[in-house]
Amino acid sequence: MTHAPNNIWLLFIAIGSGTFLLRFLFIYLFGKIAMPDWLRRSLRFVPAAALAALVFPALTHPAGHPDISLQNFRLLAGLGGAMVAWKTRNVLLTILVGMVLLWVLEAAFGI
Amino acid sequence: MEKLVKVKMHLNKDFFAGARGALPILIGVIPFAMISGVAAVSVGLTFWETVGMSVIVFAGASQLAVFQLMTVGSPWIIMVLTAWVINLRFTMYSATLAPYLKKISGWQKAVLAYMLSDQAFGISVSHFVTNEKVSHRWYYFGAALTIWVAWQISAIIGALLGALVPASWGFDFAFPLSFMALMFAALRDRPTVVAALAGGIIAVLAKGLPYNTGLVLAIFLGISAGYLTESLNPRQGVSL
Repeated sequence: MTHAPNNIWLLFIAIGSGTFLLRFLFIYLFGKIAMPDWLRRSLRFVPAAALAALVFPALTHPAGHPDISLQNFRLLAGLGGAMVAWKTRNVLLTILVGMVLLWVLEAAFGI
Repeated sequence: MEKLVKVKMHLNKDFFAGARGALPILIGVIPFAMISGVAAVSVGLTFWETVGMSVIVFAGASQLAVFQLMTVGSPWIIMVLTAWVINLRFTMYSATLAPYLKKISGWQKAVLAYMLSDQAFGISVSHFVTNEKVSHRWYYFGAALTIWVAWQISAIIGALLGALVPASWGFDFAFPLSFMALMFAALRDRPTVVAALAGGIIAVLAKGLPYNTGLVLAIFLGISAGYLTESLNPRQGVSL
């Protein structure tokens, strides 16, 4: 199954060139412009806010519509993965435990 | 002449010191890069598209976010905006590294900036704080290049392995799981926890908005919530 959109190279170039500018801007302009204080303070919250905004709906809307129930295996497996993530902060271990939980739930209670 | 050779040796020494400094962190970089390669193939990218994205973007969390958005059929512009927002943190690294890299030419700055990663930033800045005599640009270059090479090789291995992962495994679930681990690592104090809760809950509530715009809205409101929380309760001595 492919989910890749058309013009995928344009997508890469758009993301890549913007990301390059974010990396380059302040190194290049050192001494010419300083980062405003409000921006410096806001940036600290980007990872937490952005990652949570990606995680939460993926668990509550696994098939595109809201599903807060025990039939939502991704929500249950995700909560298990969250425990591992909280305790270890280890990406690989979180994926392993979460995926295994999902497979076990699907094998035991799935259709 | 002799002096020049000495300077060059000194620079190489710092380059290799940076490369050595990066080695322990590769334990985290290699699996994450492999996951990104497997993930790219799992959403339907070809081998060369996977390699191309890895080289052009070179920012794992934003790449995984784009894959997750592809699986739910998000529009192009949301993918681009989300990736940019996730990569906004690089401006913070860039501003912090800038004084250490000020004496080099524009194109050298461009090369070093392109290789900027969370890990290269962390290793270099923590080393510079305790070692003032090191050549900053060479140490950073050694660390950043080591991470870049390890990342690209691992992403290629991941792309090759990805072809072996059957779709029935539901590998797209690995996206939220990996974001979860990264998210908990980003929770450092009360304001960051508030930012995460606000961002996550608003993303759920705004899920129905057209074109997945709820995601970008949730991220900005989450950032604002963290900022406000911090403004109302002045720093408790945590700075990063």
